[in-house]
Amino acid sequence: MSNKMHVKLNVNGEDHEFLAEPRELLIYALREKLNITGPHVGCETSHCGACTVTMNGKSVKSCTVFVAQANGAEVTTIEGLGGPDALHVLQENFKEHHGLQCGFCTPGMITRAAKLLEENPNPTEEEVRFGIAGNICRCTGYQNIVKSILSAASELNAAKEAAQ
Amino acid sequence: MKDEVTREERVAGLKGMGCSRKRVEDARFTQGKGNYVDDVKLPGMLHGDFVRSPYAHARIKSINIDAAMALPGVTAVLTAKDLEPLSLHWMPTLAGDKQMVLADGKVLFQGQEVAFVVASDRYVAADAVELVEVEYEELEVLVDPFKSLESDVVLREDLVAEDGSIPPGAHGPRKHPNHIFKWEAGEEEATNQVIDNAEVVATEEMYYHRTHPCPLETCGSVASMDKVNGKLTLWGTFQAPHVVRTVASLLSGIEEHNIRVISPDIGGGFGNKVGVYPGYVCSIVASIVTGVPVKWVEDRMENLMSTAFARDYWMKGKISATKEGKITGLHCHVTADHGAFDACADPTKFPAGFMNICTGSYDIPTAYLGVDGVYTNKAPGGVSYRCSFRVTEAVYFIERMIEVLAIELDMDPAELRSINFIKKDQFPYTAALGWEYDSGDYQTAWDKALEAVDYKGLRAEQAQRVADFKAGKTRKVMGIGLSFFTEIVGAGPVKNCDILGMGMFDSCEIRIHPTGSAVARLGTISQGQGHATTFAQILATEIGLSADSITIEEGDTDTAPYGLGTYGSRSTPVAGAATAMAGRKIRAKAQMIAAYLLEVHDDDVEFDVDRFVVKGAPERFKTMKEIAYAAYNQAIPGLEPGLEAVSYYDPPNMTYPFGAYVCVMDIDVDTGVPEIRRFYALDDCGTRINPMVIEGQIHGGLTEALAVALGQEIAYDDMGNVKTGTLMDFFLPTAWEVPNYETDYTVTPSPHHPIGAKGVGESPHVGGVPCFSNAVQDAFRPFGNRHTNMPHDHWRIWQTANNLGLHD
Repeated sequence: MSNKMHVKLNVNGEDHEFLAEPRELLIYALREKLNITGPHVGCETSHCGACTVTMNGKSVKSCTVFVAQANGAEVTTIEGLGGPDALHVLQENFKEHHGLQCGFCTPGMITRAAKLLEENPNPTEEEVRFGIAGNICRCTGYQNIVKSILSAASELNAAKEAAQ
Repeated sequence: MKDEVTREERVAGLKGMGCSRKRVEDARFTQGKGNYVDDVKLPGMLHGDFVRSPYAHARIKSINIDAAMALPGVTAVLTAKDLEPLSLHWMPTLAGDKQMVLADGKVLFQGQEVAFVVASDRYVAADAVELVEVEYEELEVLVDPFKSLESDVVLREDLVAEDGSIPPGAHGPRKHPNHIFKWEAGEEEATNQVIDNAEVVATEEMYYHRTHPCPLETCGSVASMDKVNGKLTLWGTFQAPHVVRTVASLLSGIEEHNIRVISPDIGGGFGNKVGVYPGYVCSIVASIVTGVPVKWVEDRMENLMSTAFARDYWMKGKISATKEGKITGLHCHVTADHGAFDACADPTKFPAGFMNICTGSYDIPTAYLGVDGVYTNKAPGGVSYRCSFRVTEAVYFIERMIEVLAIELDMDPAELRSINFIKKDQFPYTAALGWEYDSGDYQTAWDKALEAVDYKGLRAEQAQRVADFKAGKTRKVMGIGLSFFTEIVGAGPVKNCDILGMGMFDSCEIRIHPTGSAVARLGTISQGQGHATTFAQILATEIGLSADSITIEEGDTDTAPYGLGTYGSRSTPVAGAATAMAGRKIRAKAQMIAAYLLEVHDDDVEFDVDRFVVKGAPERFKTMKEIAYAAYNQAIPGLEPGLEAVSYYDPPNMTYPFGAYVCVMDIDVDTGVPEIRRFYALDDCGTRINPMVIEGQIHGGLTEALAVALGQEIAYDDMGNVKTGTLMDFFLPTAWEVPNYETDYTVTPSPHHPIGAKGVGESPHVGGVPCFSNAVQDAFRPFGNRHTNMPHDHWRIWQTANNLGLHD
């Protein structure tokens, strides 16, 4: 196949350029071209959310976005939220409240939760449950995930208040 | 040296058994730095993809690979013909049968592997799959095991002799070409006599539907054959990496020391990743053929269609009792649909797993179980989906039979359970079907559960609800689901448990480093259970070094001692025991070193938290850190340098965790939507290693139980087409459907396990499925319901309501 296109992506603040077939899915471009392997492939049909990233300010399932659609986009993955030097408050809370087990859904789940808390900094339990309903976890039964997100929300809010 | 730290602080500092230690795995998983099989990327690596059969039963007339091979980027297309010279076109299954790796002349289920394409990337491989031309001749399809046993259509011609006779299978005589085995336990005649002469008899037929473990990560492997050194490295989603190494060696002829199997991080297993799949074999062959690494990762549809279904048991029960409710006999017959190949992952001597635990938690003096395994045109598998071997089926069976008997007796089902529990003083208890239950205190757990939910109050509320419903004041009915379960886990004693002849022991090897930290390697492999956290806790308590100073490694057969892997809740009962025993060997040597350093006799020192102290003189001691340093750096007469130990643990018995669950559910009879108002789960898993991890396991197991009971299903149409092959149709609950669970516990240690632990990962699934199902059925009991089959999805619940006239 030689119908490759020139793709530009900004991922986690870094610019990338590469050649790809337009039909290539964003998740594979991230994982295989850019070696960003935090987001995972669980279903390739948008159901499971393991591939969730933030694209141009919205949560998207990167397994159903063609790289052609993503051309020029700003993308944030789990790697862009926090790392060893400065963990994201969600990353800390998922550990604190045992919000993960096998870890396969976790990057997508935390990426989605981060966007959810941006959209709604003070969610109810019900709003959290609805807000992450596009992300499937097979291990935890969600109870501790919900707890982790609610706890992160109150920590973020407390930090905001303290700053004001 | 002055010791200013209190004993309590020293205990807390260990982060040993009993504390809710935070997980060490979480740092990499929360930062996107897990290393799953699809993250393995090697120079020059090719990608494999399968051509799969669209038919459930067909003869293959021809396969044309020319167009596929002509596609740029395609390196090879393998068919059975290519594998035959290597004797790899068929492979042994874990159940003593054999299975086609690539279709050999015919296909037996939809989605069966027909050809394996190897190409430069996954897109080219997928394109090439479309270009392989396969000509099929359709054959009559059998998806019903009862019809299969009467049909003239022979599914497995390889299992019929030339003269038409039917040779016995791996588990004895077969009565029909499509029959796999008949397996029996207990006394049928005696059981029939008891039932025929009983005061009360209840009978019921139930279908435990086919479903699938569906971990979020699908199955896959990366094979890399280093032809220069003759070494094969195989990464994969393996719940039993050592078994895979042995099987790979037997199949390929490569000596076992030249094969290194690595299970990296595994994205959930739940039984799906126990078996050996054609994809693993094909990636190995393709790497040998091409000389470069080959990756195979199945997609979700392939996962649901071809690797590892669970359940599919047609169960027929008879239970007898006195008028007062004392159970006298139990008869169970199962027609087990195993699909096209018998690829169940059960210990060799147990072709129906531990289905003979079906007398449950009750003192039933006489019982019989017969299981007929049957071939059909469905995918092979029969794995234990989040349970010990077929225990979910067994517990569902008995917990439904109890409910049906309660209806027959017009008795409260909670009361009926109480009357029949195995009593505390009866343990160790030998059940009518042979198992010896190690320990239990069922009545205490049951009473605690019923009190916690105010069971009497719930029944009163339900009675009021029935009255309100009949009076037209509400359209919601209320169900109280009960279940009391006993698991049988920790397979198992080598004397009666093996897989492909390999005894089901497990292992731990410990090396203490001079500065007082340690690495321990086990024969198991975590798939989310948190072994790196909890096994370090066992060791911390046993050897007196902080869990934070102990690295746990699993999954690399070049470094880890041989073990049978992680499934059937066997890690803590078997490898956990090995860990404690290896720790005790470390301690025994440490004691000698401490005594030498303290200039006293070995018997004059004793272990205390993190040190050995001179008896009666606690101010004279050597910490385990000091002892570790001395072990390497001080010449001690009569002792070798170093501080290492290994233990291979062959458990004397299984362990028998148990629990009491109650579910309160409201059901809208017009929509069929169930609403779980409350779920209370009391688990007794013996000694508790990490309460946080236990609770997490229970939440997860209950959610998988909810899924199975309320909608999850692998369904086929009459042509053998899979109707639930994507997550659009295959129910995985989201956060929106799942309730908050209340967890509780009692502690009845296992008397034979070194630390008294029993295992917990699967209990909530085993106990949860009947509890959710019983809640649905109990809601309709006041309106005449006796039994309806799972899964209780909205449509089926609506039908139940409709059949009972609740829409009139």
